[in-house]
Amino acid sequence: MEVTLIINGDRFSFSATPDEILLDTLRKLGYKSVKRGCDSTSCGVCQILVDGKLVPSCGFLTVRANHKLITTIEGVQEQVREIANYITAEGVEQCGFCSPGHMMSLIALFKEIEHPTMEQVKHYLAGNMCRCSGYEGQHRALANYLEVNNR
Amino acid sequence: MSIKTSIPKVDGMGLVLGKPAYTDDLAPRDALIVKVLRSPHAHAKITSIDVSSALAIPEIKCVLTHENVPDHVFSRAGQGFPEPSPYDARILNKTVRYIGDAVAVIAGATEKVVDLAMSKIKVSYEVLPAIIDFEEAMDHKVLIHANDETSSMFPIGHDAKRNLAAQYEMKIGDMGQTLDSCDVVIKERYFTQAQAHAMTEPHSAVAYYDFQDRLTIISATQTPFHVRRILAKNLNIPLSTIRVIKPRIGGGYGGKQAIHGEFFVALVTQMTKRPAKLIYTRKEVFTASYTRHQMRIDITLGAMNDGTLKAIDVDILSNTGAYGEHALTVLMVAGSKTLPLYNHVDAVGFRGDVVYTNLTPAGAFRGYGAIQGNFALESIMDELADKLKLDPIELRRKNMIHEGETSKIFEVMGEGTEGTAMTVESCKLEECLDSVLTTLDWQKKYPRTQVDEHTVRGVGLALAMQGSGIPYIDMASAILKLNDDGFFNLLIGATDLGTGSDTILSQIAAETLGVPDDKIIVYSSDTDLTPFDTGAYASSTTYISGHSVRIAAERMREAIVEKANRFFKVTDAQFDGENITAADTVISLKEFATTLYYSQQQEQLVAHGSYVGTKSPPPYMVGACEVEVDKRTGRIKVLEYHGAVDCGTPINPNLARIQVEGALLQGIGMTLYEEVNYLENGSVFNNSFMRYKVPTRMDVGPMHVSFEESYEPSGPYGAKSVGEIGIDTPPAAIANAIFNATGVRIRSLPITSESLWNALNQK
Repeated sequence: MEVTLIINGDRFSFSATPDEILLDTLRKLGYKSVKRGCDSTSCGVCQILVDGKLVPSCGFLTVRANHKLITTIEGVQEQVREIANYITAEGVEQCGFCSPGHMMSLIALFKEIEHPTMEQVKHYLAGNMCRCSGYEGQHRALANYLEVNNR
Repeated sequence: MSIKTSIPKVDGMGLVLGKPAYTDDLAPRDALIVKVLRSPHAHAKITSIDVSSALAIPEIKCVLTHENVPDHVFSRAGQGFPEPSPYDARILNKTVRYIGDAVAVIAGATEKVVDLAMSKIKVSYEVLPAIIDFEEAMDHKVLIHANDETSSMFPIGHDAKRNLAAQYEMKIGDMGQTLDSCDVVIKERYFTQAQAHAMTEPHSAVAYYDFQDRLTIISATQTPFHVRRILAKNLNIPLSTIRVIKPRIGGGYGGKQAIHGEFFVALVTQMTKRPAKLIYTRKEVFTASYTRHQMRIDITLGAMNDGTLKAIDVDILSNTGAYGEHALTVLMVAGSKTLPLYNHVDAVGFRGDVVYTNLTPAGAFRGYGAIQGNFALESIMDELADKLKLDPIELRRKNMIHEGETSKIFEVMGEGTEGTAMTVESCKLEECLDSVLTTLDWQKKYPRTQVDEHTVRGVGLALAMQGSGIPYIDMASAILKLNDDGFFNLLIGATDLGTGSDTILSQIAAETLGVPDDKIIVYSSDTDLTPFDTGAYASSTTYISGHSVRIAAERMREAIVEKANRFFKVTDAQFDGENITAADTVISLKEFATTLYYSQQQEQLVAHGSYVGTKSPPPYMVGACEVEVDKRTGRIKVLEYHGAVDCGTPINPNLARIQVEGALLQGIGMTLYEEVNYLENGSVFNNSFMRYKVPTRMDVGPMHVSFEESYEPSGPYGAKSVGEIGIDTPPAAIANAIFNATGVRIRSLPITSESLWNALNQK
């Protein structure tokens, strides 16, 4: 069916098959930040925002996104850079494959909760798997970020 | 100064911002989609395979089967040469040996059409009896590699007629006599399971012919140079016609040391002349790549009543699955990277059999046998302490290795071959031990605290050691190039998997040259453009590749000074990293380099370094934890984990810390949650992240990692390795803590709530 997607402010109209997955569509359109990790919505590396809400794009049909606003990390580079400074200062991005999904979770989190506590942060990020870091460093980085930004 | 500073990773910001950097991101847009038809049987012979209906689909460009691919027997292991793994695999084989073994490879324009074609391939199998239980495999009447011309490049104990991929035995001292002289002898049996690497990026490979007809492979690999060598040899094409590029990799942990999809995409491109890509599905990663070697470890300790350890004897049965990749070396590391911890013993015995089964092959995985061996050794040390009514800490202090000492094991056991004699010149085990005892508040918590009627807490601890590269085998090289404007390119074959090695090697170059970090622009892992490196494994990159960078940078300094001498017609020019001083003249490197290339004495300055290790100094670690057990349910919680590490000089303390924290979580995962579960027919039950449980951030309490710095004289700027050591301690430390909490000893991993509950209720 004919769909129109608005991705990071750019409009794309094309014909999608009923079973096309948003992850595939986005990668095909060149949004390579959206990674494929598991095909079962359980690792978080393909997360994006659809109408401002965090979704794993591997479990979202492209046709469902018709006329919706889609945000990938390509569309929020400056906002991400601010958080990313804390992540890279801690050296915790390691292989980096999970980072874009992780960042999109944070973008959604800070949108939904103005001054989150570390407990809320951990709860929100529970679905963002990372096999390299052990999470401890991510939490250090985010605690530092909150300390500055929660004031 | 660059060393010992926590600069951010050179590639970090780009990765966090989601820039295209990984194999699938870099695949040509018109790449054919490649998929693999996999065996539904654990053991079968293909009697016929009809691909005509698949090939009749116009969008299908080629189908590979055992009938149209090169027929070589080789090992996918991705190790040095000569390879210490048996040659027992073919690109595609007439016999399939596990559920998931490759049967046919289909390449077409779209995923859909490839799926359709796959469904149209008709394969007839003669199903053979399979061996699923590794304890039954040796001398079984079913032979897994019966008539397949398997071989080994040198004696590794390979005997296909007994289902043996490899075998090893060594003895030091007189075991029988020593055990007879001991006051106490204890013998126990431990089991460790198959664990999945679960890296977030699946195995990925891309192939295409470039404009000069060079077969270019982009691959998520830890060993690009081994990939090139193995491909060339088994595709019957010259090495010079292949280029392997390693882009960014989404985690490896040993799982990407081997060849996975590279042959398939290379053959598709050879046959179709078109770009091709194969990205494993998550299910394929679980079922058809690698696992950790499952082991049964029998261990005997002999000691005197005062706690003097006299003998250690280890006998291992290891499960390599359908193919024998890393079979011998993982087995040997289970001994060589654990037994020297207690180096004062009179007798040591180590032997093991690595058997074939009809299961997913086992391969390299962080810890590489040491974690399995450590679980047994550091568990039984606590069991011995309990038997002797001694404090487990005092028992360890009395027997453990110290700086300035040696162990005969270093000389006898290497990885696949004999070892190298070595005196331990840096070892802060005592300090590591003191550190975790203090930070965990061990004295107050040992052995247990009763929280309430059902809830009890206990503390446990384990020592560990690892290595730093393989002596006389692991080799690395680096090239430094001075550019006009006074910055440098560092070209290295070393393979950054996300560990930050590109950054660490840049720091070593900057330190040696005396220049700021941002003057080093690093490019790594491209077999056409960068010099040789055996790859990222065996905890080798900082230690081995680091030396090659140091050597290149020292030579570059010399070259700059020599050129300055000629330039200014002096003999004592000085270079301080920023300026060159010659007689009365001071000129910046920037100005010097620009002049050098554009106007005077025009000559490019290039320096290279290459290094092969002559020893493998172990990093050391002590891991200690407090766990809480709910006796009603068997629920186990790791409340806190403390690790103190001696990795020599941490070149980049932040990156070293993350290596340890990440490895600790993988080790905790192996201890409490993770296991590749096989059904009776040999298929992997938990082949998705829905079912395979990797610990999340909600599962474990805080970790405290500290460094007890030492200076390793043989390492670059005193550094040893840190990549693997972090994974080793959790199994034994947690098992010991559970024993201290409950009085129940679990000798089989993973320690699940169910297994603990069962043990608690059998008491």
